[in-house]
Amino acid sequence: MLFFPVPCLRRKLAGAVAFLALAPGITIAGNAQTVPDIGRQQALVRMVRQDCGSCHGMRLTGGLGPALTAAALAGKPVEALEATIYGGRPGTPMAPWSAMLSESDAHWIAEQLLTGFPELPKAHP
Amino acid sequence: MNRRHLLTTAAAAGLLASGCASTASPPQAAAPVLRGTGDLGVVVLRASGTLAIIDTSHRTLLGQVTGLGDLSHASVVFSRDTRYAFVFGRDGGLTKVDLLTQAIVGRVMQAGNSIGGAISADGRLVVAQNYTPGGIKAFDAQTLALVADVPAEYAPGKLSRVVGLVDLPGQRFAYSLFDAGEIRITDFSDLAHPHTTRIPNIGRQPYDALVTPNGRHYIAGLFGEDGLALVDLWQEPPKVRRILNGYGRGEQTLPVYKMPHLRGWAVAGRRAYLPAIGHHEVLVVDTESWQEVGRIPVAGQPVFVMAQPDGRQVWVNFAVPDYHRVQVIDTTTQQIVRTLEPGKAVLHMEFTPRGESVWISSRDANRVSVIDTHSFATQAVLEVDSPSGVFFTSRAARLGF
Repeated sequence: MLFFPVPCLRRKLAGAVAFLALAPGITIAGNAQTVPDIGRQQALVRMVRQDCGSCHGMRLTGGLGPALTAAALAGKPVEALEATIYGGRPGTPMAPWSAMLSESDAHWIAEQLLTGFPELPKAHP
Repeated sequence: MNRRHLLTTAAAAGLLASGCASTASPPQAAAPVLRGTGDLGVVVLRASGTLAIIDTSHRTLLGQVTGLGDLSHASVVFSRDTRYAFVFGRDGGLTKVDLLTQAIVGRVMQAGNSIGGAISADGRLVVAQNYTPGGIKAFDAQTLALVADVPAEYAPGKLSRVVGLVDLPGQRFAYSLFDAGEIRITDFSDLAHPHTTRIPNIGRQPYDALVTPNGRHYIAGLFGEDGLALVDLWQEPPKVRRILNGYGRGEQTLPVYKMPHLRGWAVAGRRAYLPAIGHHEVLVVDTESWQEVGRIPVAGQPVFVMAQPDGRQVWVNFAVPDYHRVQVIDTTTQQIVRTLEPGKAVLHMEFTPRGESVWISSRDANRVSVIDTHSFATQAVLEVDSPSGVFFTSRAARLGF
């Protein structure tokens, strides 16, 4: 299956982003992109697991949409993932999430998917 | 011997069915409590792989059964004696749960990725519809032994994801091939040689389907086109025709953040109420002429459009970000008469058998609300963790459920 054909939106040093992800609110030099703060990150984890999970599975092992585990995505450029999340994939059920996500959100989600997406906090009793 | 066996079974069932499994007092020598299953149901707790067993007469949670795997997209059918629930999990797990003893009595991992299933009219076959490997598989409802495997091959070596599986009279099942734009009907009356009828060129990307309550019409929704595919199953050979063709023509398409679901509840009287794709509308079609007779603007992308058992009202829930709402359509006026907000992330609704109440799950509010369908008053609220699908045993008696 053809995967993420969208051209890269921007180039970025993955290592720098991984480091900055620990420091919420910091603007990445050069492209005015902020890393979502901790509260937003928690909301994004929930959104991906629950809402993206409708098609991709809560465990991201796939459904109508493809698997989004780190193993399944290995080798995909982060920019292509980000572009798919933000802009959707015309001709497929993958919707553009730009109405609900900023580009920074989409980038953070793409980064997390590539490294193994965080689990939801444990359910309340 | 038979009598002793029956008493033992009844005692075990009664003791366990008399209270919540986690809080039940130690078994005592008291007379067994017998109960029926006609007012039982289950709620899927998607995050924890758990099935909650509920009682719709007392609106209570009876117990929880854990260990059902990945239930992020789970559906349930019931044995025709309404004692057992067959749960189809996302991870390909098929689990048979005894509602009386609140225990798993059978479980198989039957696929890599599954979307749901159906049960034959005679109750003997449980059939799963799978994405990976694409196809359907039939199981003995007693033992869960695999009895037939029918891959959805549409080109050499290529298997389609299967959607919209429904039971038909006889040991027949209809389903749609998302990747191939095809409807198939498989007859399992000879298990060694299942016979499949192919109906090609139905339209692009069927995403789900329903069979009308009389078993005559199979309708597949199309994601890739504005329209639905209709098959008259009483016609020989069955042929496909397009209905509601071009319903969104000329309009801006809105993002579809969740695929709608179709089931037999869509039919109310002689009209069917169907979700539009990419439009915040419910489409109304006459089931005699199959012509569009109306469109009802609603609060978001419809996911479930469900008629009450009496057909008087149709209830609609929505995809994110509008999924805190439920809207109610009066089928005599085609107007929305109520907008409810029972809690964030409404995922599913289920009517009690006669339709006096509807149970609505709100995933993010961790609650299931029981609502009076006449007064819209909230009759009860059950606190459960991330509820999704709600399924009552009355489904066992209905074709296409």
